[in-house]
Amino acid sequence: MTAARAKTVELRLPSRLGYEKVAMGTAASTAKLVGFRQERIEDLKTAVAEACINAIEHGNRLNEKLSVVVILSADDEGLEIKVMDDGKGMNALPIKPDIDRKMHGEEDPRGMGMFLIQALVDEAEWVVGANGKGSYVRLVIRLDKDETEV
Amino acid sequence: MQTDTKSRIDQTTSPSGQPVTVLRFEGDISSVSKEAVIGSYQSLSKTTVKTVLLDFTKVEYINSSGIALVIQLLMEAANAGQKVLAFGLSAHFQKVFTMVGITKYAGLFPDQTAALATV
Repeated sequence: MTAARAKTVELRLPSRLGYEKVAMGTAASTAKLVGFRQERIEDLKTAVAEACINAIEHGNRLNEKLSVVVILSADDEGLEIKVMDDGKGMNALPIKPDIDRKMHGEEDPRGMGMFLIQALVDEAEWVVGANGKGSYVRLVIRLDKDETEV
Repeated sequence: MQTDTKSRIDQTTSPSGQPVTVLRFEGDISSVSKEAVIGSYQSLSKTTVKTVLLDFTKVEYINSSGIALVIQLLMEAANAGQKVLAFGLSAHFQKVFTMVGITKYAGLFPDQTAALATV
């Protein structure tokens, strides 16, 4: 992101499941303004929703006194999204779900959020905040050449 | 803020004359959808129902918790020897279901007619 030319939108969500849809809608509107194709907007919506769900459930542990902050920064190259919470952050890297193990009860059917995030955006980075608080996930989705020519 | 999931159970017949049960979902499929997804599936007879179609035509949002419920349904259906097919997913959610491997255990079809043609 080129800070000087970035257009920024900031959201503050309550830590209640369902509010990730507010972030999805805002991310979709911003991505449309930037010029993304609908297919990429759908990818972004799912990635943002899963990042917010992780922040609400695992970061803020559903504590409604805490907020999840979503910052969307758009420039000519694409969109960067930071989803911040008050948790200690994710130390584990996303693993590809093994459907056979899930179907045989050897792996929890849940736990696909981080994998989906990583698979659907161009960059995904989980950052542990200083002093064990204020962690965030940073997502980047880039405009491709075809999109910028439209 | 989380939208309730509605579900409805229909009975139909495939072109080859096989009885087929259709679970039709409406709304979001998320962590609050357990009763609509698993509850409605578990209300079906394990002995008489051999093929189950999942209708996602009126579903706009599915998150990872909702996908986990679909996997749980597939797991129970596999244990009961039932065949499961799905239709009506948007192109995006067809991609997501493929990414997580669901297509290995449930065929995805554009609509009910296409799904029934394979039964």
